Amino acid sequence: MLKTQELQLNIGPQHPSTHGVFRLIATIDGETVIDLKPVFGYLHRNHEQIAEVSTYIQIMPFTDRLDYFNSMANNFGYALAVEKLAGIEVPQRANYIRVLMAELTRILNHAAAIGFMLNDMGAWQTPLAFGMREREKILDLFEMASGARMMCNYFRFGGIWRDLPPEFLPQLQGLMQGLPTFFDEFERLLKQNEILLGRSVDVGILPKEVAASYSVTGPMLRASGIAYDLRRADGYSVYPELDFDIPVGAVGDVYDRFLVRLAEMRESYRILQQVIERLPETTGGHINPAMASMNKQKSLRPPPGDAYGRVESPKGELGFYLVSDGSDTPYRYKVRAPSFINLTPLGDMCRGHTVADVVVILGSIDIVMGEVDR
Amino acid sequence: MASWSTDDLKAALARDLPGVLAAYLPPQLSAPAEPRKKGAQAPVDLLSTQDALIHPHCIADVARYLRDTHSYTLLTNLTAVDYLRDNVIELVYHFARVDGGVLTVKTRVPREAPTLPSLAPTWPGADFQEREAYDLYGVIFQGHQNLRRIYMWDEFEGFPMRKDFPKQGDKYIGEGE
Repeated sequence: MLKTQELQLNIGPQHPSTHGVFRLIATIDGETVIDLKPVFGYLHRNHEQIAEVSTYIQIMPFTDRLDYFNSMANNFGYALAVEKLAGIEVPQRANYIRVLMAELTRILNHAAAIGFMLNDMGAWQTPLAFGMREREKILDLFEMASGARMMCNYFRFGGIWRDLPPEFLPQLQGLMQGLPTFFDEFERLLKQNEILLGRSVDVGILPKEVAASYSVTGPMLRASGIAYDLRRADGYSVYPELDFDIPVGAVGDVYDRFLVRLAEMRESYRILQQVIERLPETTGGHINPAMASMNKQKSLRPPPGDAYGRVESPKGELGFYLVSDGSDTPYRYKVRAPSFINLTPLGDMCRGHTVADVVVILGSIDIVMGEVDR
Repeated sequence: MASWSTDDLKAALARDLPGVLAAYLPPQLSAPAEPRKKGAQAPVDLLSTQDALIHPHCIADVARYLRDTHSYTLLTNLTAVDYLRDNVIELVYHFARVDGGVLTVKTRVPREAPTLPSLAPTWPGADFQEREAYDLYGVIFQGHQNLRRIYMWDEFEGFPMRKDFPKQGDKYIGEGE
């Protein structure tokens, strides 16, 4: 038997496949990974402490910067937590617009996530360009509604900043017409691709029970076969009125995560169809009249107490834990970031695989360092 | 089985795990308060809570009980909160069930000796979250295999999210220069 020697390999912090400033210390034996330790904190800016000296509405634009792909979903989670804390009602129309934005976010995130994962597999840029093309169209819609493409800052306590402009829905209809073609095209391009199958089937398996014990959420947990989706489990906003399925995987490998993301985009499309159909008949304005003025937003002082609000962000459960002491700044503000906790099982998933697989497994988790490091 | 309310949780804990629930003692509100924030009302009793409050050494038992007996399988969130005036650090655990429902369990440790059992050995999802609470608040989780700083660099001194950590100036710049 050949005598081998263990070697420590540093991947990152600056490496194209680490999705940001992120470092992996891999102990390898030949090409096989024996142990893997993620190291992060390079982007740590103490977001939570900044929040403790900001008023509630001042934090809203900061949440955009957590997971900068899904600013709308972050806004949603934060608005939900504050509304729970302060007991603010949201009108029906505002809720529908919120869901519309959240589902558009999900489509753009998954399209980009799959693209980046294939980048990591070596399909350099081509699949990503397909995803990015659709993302661009959705970002145009965000810009139309909120004025910004990525840092939307669109949500307010009790509703949203302003109603959709009149040209929004026609352009959304145009996008919707193209989406099924995009899904089919994306799927045809990738689903049966020999190289993708070879690189992803039975790679990075996360069994059901292990996934649950690791508190993994989002597409990763669903790919492991647990149908846990906060849109169904919590039924927040108007999701109970909408009809959609929760796609689950069978094995929990990288290929399942890819399939779950593809299927979730189609489910989001279904939700969008229902929302667009019902939007003209919704009641109430875009914001609760009691909270409509900017002064009301600025001077919000929730009663003392705590609240935990959570939404199904495209990456998993995004939670905000808030403690109020009755003043205009939160006493404690904590973000339960899905990418951060989804990283916990990375070492276990990579053990026994090759270094090249580590990159693919990391890509399949879909992390954003802005959220991991906060 | 429908998801539990806070009262259900407290009743179940009192029934099945006698002795884990801690009593809430109202603090001395006449004690000198920290400087009030602008616009704040009279000092607020921040520690009063309706949630289940347990003794810190029971946390592992409670967690195991919720997971194994009542299928709250996901330890969703773990937060530390520093109550400087009352001299305690509160740990807030959120347990979630796959079919819906989330439970809040709170426990309190003194600020000078914030020590309690770790959940990481049986619940690996707590690993990074406990390291975060250690890094930012200095809470020691006994039994954690790798309780090191996670965001700050290893040589960093102090716990930056504690309320008495200086908010302005950089104590590292200018020292010894």
